[in-house]
Formats: sequence, structure tokens, C-alpha cells
Amino acid sequence: MTPDTTGRSAFLAVLGRELRLAIRHPADALAAVLFFLLVAALFPFGVGPAPETLARLAPGALLAAALLAALLPLDRLWGSEAEDGSLDLLLLCGLHPALLALAKASGHWLTTGLPLLAATPLAAAMLNLPTEAWSTAMLALGLASALLSLLGTAGAALTLGARRGGVLLPLLVLPLAIPAVIFGAAAIEAAANETIARPMLLLLAALVATALPLAPLAAGAALRGD
Amino acid sequence: MLRVEDLACWRGERAVFAGLSFSLKAGEAVALLGPNGAGKSSLLRVLAGLLPPAAGRVLWAGEDIRQDTPAHAARLRYLGHLDALKPALSVRENLAFHAALAGGDVDAALGSMALAPLAELPARMLSAGQRRRLAIARLALAPAALWLLDEPTVGLDTASIARFGHLLAAHCAQGGMVLAATHVPLPIADGRQLDMS
Repeated sequence: MTPDTTGRSAFLAVLGRELRLAIRHPADALAAVLFFLLVAALFPFGVGPAPETLARLAPGALLAAALLAALLPLDRLWGSEAEDGSLDLLLLCGLHPALLALAKASGHWLTTGLPLLAATPLAAAMLNLPTEAWSTAMLALGLASALLSLLGTAGAALTLGARRGGVLLPLLVLPLAIPAVIFGAAAIEAAANETIARPMLLLLAALVATALPLAPLAAGAALRGD
Repeated sequence: MLRVEDLACWRGERAVFAGLSFSLKAGEAVALLGPNGAGKSSLLRVLAGLLPPAAGRVLWAGEDIRQDTPAHAARLRYLGHLDALKPALSVRENLAFHAALAGGDVDAALGSMALAPLAELPARMLSAGQRRRLAIARLALAPAALWLLDEPTVGLDTASIARFGHLLAAHCAQGGMVLAATHVPLPIADGRQLDMS
């Protein structure tokens, strides 16, 4: 096999194992979805019975709830691999550490981000978001959660082995996710007001495209310890 | 040919070992002896390229392993003191993952450590010794020039130690090298010893 095909098959092997483990432990993905829905459900209680106010808050609340929910499984992303010794073998498996991180980030998005998307219509309904904006909300949340998966994989690699890493991780990752909240919420709001959401979504996609090579490289460097 | 020159390793402020030099020839199996804390595991991690040495060099065929870490990783098998198993995956799935990475025949590897009857069990159902057998079965997947083993026989019963001995003998007969940190003699006829104390 050429290095190219071995790299691809190793990438797919790591990603496939992530998905298989997620299927064997469905509680992890379910916990993130339930957390997302519960946070979204808290807003109507706090804001009170004013549908217009709620709809005004909906874009930001959706983004914030989704990003917090996607953070939940991140501190186990590398932690579980390091604890059972798998990380050493993954680092020796011939896959470049950055590609290994990309496989883990993809796995995180598929097992956490994607279920959140499925739950978005329910959360949007609870927040009284106009139905016209639902598809944009799913797009914005999909992109924002992809960005969080990438940033979070790098953050989790950096905080691996740190005491209180689970607390450090959100402090490190959430500030970097602020642009995603701004553009994502702006896109959903534009769709709710029936104006053009496309530029905001494109900016969000540009953020993902920037993080796509950079975050795995940072994660790989952190894992190798250089 | 593996040669270690004047190798040193620090953990924090403390020197674990320093000034260590030795070499390993093709087909040679060396038992790494020494009291707890002598740096056996650290040495194995340095030789695997998982830990940078504080001083000195590790040479493979005259070339520093840190020049080309992927090539070095491809020619070695590392068995740490942890078994690196995923409890939710079956015995076969655990092994198949490593077969997908390094190549090799899963069924033959299962057979080599008599794990075939357990193949469909989730790894969380295994006893400590069975988990170790599964970790060792990874070595049997595909040939590699250098085996770095950390306490390979911990928890193994006598039959499993004998099977592990067959794997070692076959590996050395093919010109493979073994460096194993251990407190008990390796199950192999003509093993050399390296004392780190």
C-alpha cells in the first residue's frame, strides 16, 4: 500500500471506531441532546409568557445551548484514550497526529453535532422561532457545532493531563467560539425577519474552513508534546 | 540494528536514568531488569519515540529515530503496561481495529493466544489475564522489526506464557528484536539481560 492509501484507511479506521463506540454508548450522545433541549426549555420559563420576546431571544439561545451541549463529551475525547493506553498506540499507528485529531473531531461532530441538529426543530419550537427560520437555524447550528468540534478537539488535546482539565476546557474553547455565536445568531435572526441570511452563513462557513486545517494541527502538536 | 548512545531521561527534576548505552541485534531478545522506578517503562517509551530523550540518541541502522518518527513507528510494536482495549468493543473488534491500522490476520492472531472462543465477547467481560492475552495478540497481527514490551506476562497463566513464548521465538527466528521490561524471566531459550539498577 502507498502511504496515501494507508493514511486514508487508518483515518477511516479511527473514525469508524469512534462511531462504533458511540453506538455502543448511546447515553453520551443522548445526554448532550437532552442537555440542549433542557437549556432551551429553561428560557421560556425565565422570560415568561411573552412569545415575541422569546422569539427575539431564540437565535442566541439556540446557539449558546447547542455549543454548551456539544462541549459535554469533549473532556473524555482524549481522556478516555489516554487512560486505557490507547493514545500511545494511536500515536504510533502511522497516522499523522493532525489527521488523528481530524478523525476524532469528525467523530465528535457526527456523534454529538448531528444529533443536536436533529433536536433543533424541537428546541426552536420551544423558543417560538418562526418556522421559516428553522432550516437556517439547522444550517447555522451545523456549522457552529462543526467549528466547536474542531476547536474542542484542540482544546481537549491541550488540557489533556491537566488537573481540572474539564473546567479548563470550556474556558479555553468558548471564547474562541464567540464569532460562531455572533454570525450564527445573526443568520437565524435574518431568516426570522425574512431577510437574507446567506452572507452570515458564508462567514460562519469561512470560520469552519479556517479551523479545519489549523485546529487539528494544533491538536496534533499538543498530543505529540512539542 | 538498534543502538542506544548515552541516553538520559528526566521526569520533572529527577534523572530517571542517564548515560545508558547498549545495542540490540536482529533476532535478539533482551529482558530489561531493574527495581520499580529504575526507568524501564520510560526507556521503552523513549525507544518507541513517545517520549523525547533528555540527552543521548537512539539509532536505528545508524540513523536517529527522531529524524523520521513515522518510519520508526511503522517498524515497532509497543505493548504498554495498560492493555489499550475498548471495553465496549468485542475481542474481535478490538483486534480488527489494529489490523486495519497495521495490517494482519485477525483470526490467526486470535488463535495465537487461544482467544478464538472469546472472540465475540465484549472486552469488558474479560478477566485481567484474558485482557493481557488480547493485548499480546496484537503483536501477532503483522510482523514488525522491534517489539517493546512493558511487563508482558503480568496476569498470564502458564499456558498463556508458553503461547507468548512461541510468539517471541517465532519473532526472533524471523530476525525480530525484543526488549521487554520484566520481573520474571522471559519464556525464551537464549535471552540476554540488561540490568538498569
